[in-house]
Amino acid sequence: MRCLTIICLLCVATSSFAADDPEVHIEPSHLQGPRVLEKQTEAAAIRDYLQAWHSLRSALAESRSELLDASFIGDARDKLAATIVEQDKLGIRTRYQDRAHDLQVVFYSPEGLSIQIVDRIDYDVQILDHDKVITTQRLNVRYIAVLTPSEVRWRVRILQGQAN
Amino acid sequence: MTFRVALLVIAVSAFQAASAQGATMTLAESITAGSAFSIQSTGSGNAVLYIVGLGQVVRRDVRLGEAVNFPAGTLYNAGRYLIVLATANGSESRAFNVVPAGQPVALSFLAKPSRLPVRLHDGITGAVYVFDPYQNLITQPTPVLFEISTGSGTAQTRKVLTRDGAAWTAMDSTAREGAARFVAQLDGVSSTRVIQQVPGDPCGLKMTARQVGPKLVLETDPVRDCSGNIVFDGTIVTFTETYNGGESTVDVPLKRGVARVEMPAYSDARISVASGVVMGNEIRWRGR
Repeated sequence: MRCLTIICLLCVATSSFAADDPEVHIEPSHLQGPRVLEKQTEAAAIRDYLQAWHSLRSALAESRSELLDASFIGDARDKLAATIVEQDKLGIRTRYQDRAHDLQVVFYSPEGLSIQIVDRIDYDVQILDHDKVITTQRLNVRYIAVLTPSEVRWRVRILQGQAN
Repeated sequence: MTFRVALLVIAVSAFQAASAQGATMTLAESITAGSAFSIQSTGSGNAVLYIVGLGQVVRRDVRLGEAVNFPAGTLYNAGRYLIVLATANGSESRAFNVVPAGQPVALSFLAKPSRLPVRLHDGITGAVYVFDPYQNLITQPTPVLFEISTGSGTAQTRKVLTRDGAAWTAMDSTAREGAARFVAQLDGVSSTRVIQQVPGDPCGLKMTARQVGPKLVLETDPVRDCSGNIVFDGTIVTFTETYNGGESTVDVPLKRGVARVEMPAYSDARISVASGVVMGNEIRWRGR
């Protein structure tokens, strides 16, 4: 009976990390810079940024850095890929579940080659050591993301968190 | 005997569990990227310390009650990290920041365009992102100096404070054609882009005419923009001759700054010259 309870609890813990769609709130842009941000451009950048979080979740949970390629580029991609290698070596896995995003575009560079987004994000992080759940914690973090355009989408070049 | 050993093992385990249960840890709210730091724990027994963030993951077996020292360079990617002290009976977690090292060492400098006409207001734009030695974006406001200079010296400077690691400026192109250096710099770190400034549109057109046999030779003075720069060769100059109800038009590219053409010398012809939207003088040819 006790065993069954533990298994049920584990299932609940695991299912809480299923791919629920996060709540997304978009603040009106508060841009520095002379370039006008068209609504379509803003929508595309935000769509691609949220997709990047989806890629990040899968890549870290499955320890597959190639899942980052579509959404990340440059240092952001390299750092996340290094984290995946590191956690693999240590036998750790991390599951991230973004619960809520509060987004604002703060900078669109004058030549149109970068968009900076500030995201106050609530997410759960679950740490597993050799498949044993060590802890699950909710964090509220202010992320700064810089996106640059690639062939068909915006890709995250910088992703850096700090206390909210 | 076996029973006694088993009892002893159970007793030791129970003691360790009791000790570990009250394990707590002390560490700074934030550390600087790349710097050494330590974590002090209380209690006794063994535990595992995890430091987990998007930028890095660390796992360390520790003994409770002892300080765990991390040498410089252990955590170097800025971000929000979760630190977990896990014992057999549970875990204690805290979040802390790894903040960028204060010293900027790199700039990502985006400048546009690479070529533009002289004297264009806010024609040159530049944006920078400022990074520390570990490629962390320095989010503390940092002054960046933008400067445009030509061979004849510094033309314009502008100091801008970064916001969330980014700064931008718009500056005028200078009056003289040629290469200009567009530099972004701070604390000994600089990045340079070369901007080619080309002459603007013709500012005034003046032509003269002289008869050579049955022809009129029409020639402009050297064509300059409003800053006195010779307009690019290849710029089209249009000569129009109106005579006895007829009209001839000839387009001629500038060559060495001058446009030259031969047209029939009709008596009482009216000849005008233009380039783009700029009209030049008009000559009424009465013949000689």
